[in-house]
Amino acid sequence: MQKTFKTLAIPDPQQLMFGRTPKPLICGFGLKLGNGQVYPELNFTLPTMALEETNWAAVVAQYEEIGSIIERAAARLKPPGLMAEFELLPPMTEHPSWGAELTSVLLRHLDQLHKDTGIPCALRVTPTDIRDVTKPPELRSGKPLELLLQSFEQCAAAGAHVLSIESVGGKEVHDEALLYGDIEGVIFALGVLASRDMEFLWERIVATCSKYNVVPGGDSACGFANTAMQLAGQGMLPEVLASVVRAASSVRSLVAYECGAYGPSKDCAYEGPVIKAITGAPIAMEGKSASCAHFSPVGNVAAAMCDLWSNESVQNVRLLSGPAPEAYFELLVYDCRLFNQALETKTENVYQNLLVSSDIHLSPQAYVLSPESTIRIASTVVRETGHYAQTLAAAREAASLLREGVQQEELQLNSRETEWLERITRELNALPADEHQMIITMQERYGHLFTANSYGL
Amino acid sequence: MKELLDLAQLLEQGQSQKVLTLTQQLVDSGLSPQTILNEGLIAGMAVVGEKMRNGEMYLPEVLQSAGAMKASLAILKPHLAREGTASRGKILIGTVKGDMHDIGKNLVTIMLQGAGFEVIDIGLNVEPQRFVTAITEHTPAVLGLSAMLTTTMLNMKTTIEAIASAGLRSQVKIIIGGAPVSQKFADEIGADGYSRDAVLAVNKVRQLMGHTSY
Repeated sequence: MQKTFKTLAIPDPQQLMFGRTPKPLICGFGLKLGNGQVYPELNFTLPTMALEETNWAAVVAQYEEIGSIIERAAARLKPPGLMAEFELLPPMTEHPSWGAELTSVLLRHLDQLHKDTGIPCALRVTPTDIRDVTKPPELRSGKPLELLLQSFEQCAAAGAHVLSIESVGGKEVHDEALLYGDIEGVIFALGVLASRDMEFLWERIVATCSKYNVVPGGDSACGFANTAMQLAGQGMLPEVLASVVRAASSVRSLVAYECGAYGPSKDCAYEGPVIKAITGAPIAMEGKSASCAHFSPVGNVAAAMCDLWSNESVQNVRLLSGPAPEAYFELLVYDCRLFNQALETKTENVYQNLLVSSDIHLSPQAYVLSPESTIRIASTVVRETGHYAQTLAAAREAASLLREGVQQEELQLNSRETEWLERITRELNALPADEHQMIITMQERYGHLFTANSYGL
Repeated sequence: MKELLDLAQLLEQGQSQKVLTLTQQLVDSGLSPQTILNEGLIAGMAVVGEKMRNGEMYLPEVLQSAGAMKASLAILKPHLAREGTASRGKILIGTVKGDMHDIGKNLVTIMLQGAGFEVIDIGLNVEPQRFVTAITEHTPAVLGLSAMLTTTMLNMKTTIEAIASAGLRSQVKIIIGGAPVSQKFADEIGADGYSRDAVLAVNKVRQLMGHTSY
């Protein structure tokens, strides 16, 4: 049974604060999220090495080492709590027992850490969405779906505390639409296709989580909005387009919560603040301390509303200081000390203002992530009914925010960005209020990329 | 010739319909298709590539130009065939085993097609043996390998080794691309080239195929 969100859990931007949520949750070994503190979420991956059966022992040894690093670093730095995220690589999902085995390894280290130090901690496990291995993707049947669902089941059985995913339904169309700057295609991919796939997938993930008493942690529009952000970062796409995609993508990510997820959302889901404002669930975010994985124009503002603060991903390689996961864990811990000191001394609004104001005037992508923009976008989403209408409304609101930002001289855009904002606005305004006509048009334009069956169309 | 400069400029502006109309007019006027291609279309795309590298054009605009070029080439192709120069070359492309990322590969495919190459895209998560089979089947001049993960980039090496074991290495040039790879890595695994982006990939392919112009 799906929930619908018609009001905001946090309607006031002043209350949309890091470390605090109206719906805190407890997971893992006593980790209380959104209850007045921000915790580091360490994410890690293998160094350059083959990942196959013949060297499986070496792969396991890497995760054993990472587990030991977490134990050692946490004992040294004494964070008030921590989340570790194990993001599976594709072969680990294709072989569900592999993902489960590594889950057990990391869980054992966190258990030991908790026993030795009393530090509350939890393990998030994120299987890879492998359903797009065929073109067009077969999303609702076939071996990849079977393996993906088995991976969730086996990781849950192995003791994962939180399950998440970066699902890819709709991405096959979104990628193409994004490259061509086709706004109609982008809205269709997010509001019609991705949202339908989210419903299909998250009903199943939530059922698995219920069976194993695991927290369903939400999804990330990484394959959509972060692709846009990275292409914009390389000068390939206008930043205003990436900003609008970010806002529009929040609706497909919200569907996980409509299906029963309750957070913490994924770190790379920069749409998380909108989710937090609507659902009241705690969120993970990443920014300046995730430069080990990718660059971004939202390094500080991304931190303004987080409950977990992540490094996105770091290879287990050696730096001058020591292992890279330990170095980035230390960064995160120091970031979190600042958040938590601000909360303790009741200076959180001052600190949040600094995080926001240091970024939002420099990038439209940062501008749409401010607490004020977040509440505007979230309000628009809950006013509308249906995922297509919500997606379109969120995109229009983001475009409005950017226009207002320019008019109020809070944001500067160069002439090419301005032209694109005008074009995006024009094209969004021309889109139909109802999705049915759009589905027909889009099947003609993108029918070679997706199958209607995969979306129940 | 003014019309050729106009054609290059229209292509740069991505004005597909006008590019098609002018291409047809130039063909009808009896101008050599090779001249139309080299001095109109390729000249226009060279400016597009330059502007993209300089951050003066966004991808959607570049792809619009590439699309116009592709459509215009369809007009020229039968005329070039009569001159014995219709085939610019066949490229095989795929993302290596274990890797599900394909946006970069797709972008390179579009750009190569826009530049007039025939591109056979065999998808993602491609086993080395499938590359071998596809090389035998399609006999491409160049193979493009893509990888996005540090754990899958090594499968580029495995793929090249499989191609060599099958005795096909001398028949095909190999170019690699993707976030974790570099020219150094390309050298280490015995690839013939590396490109950091889609525009440069087209140049690298042309270079590997010994094209100085069309």
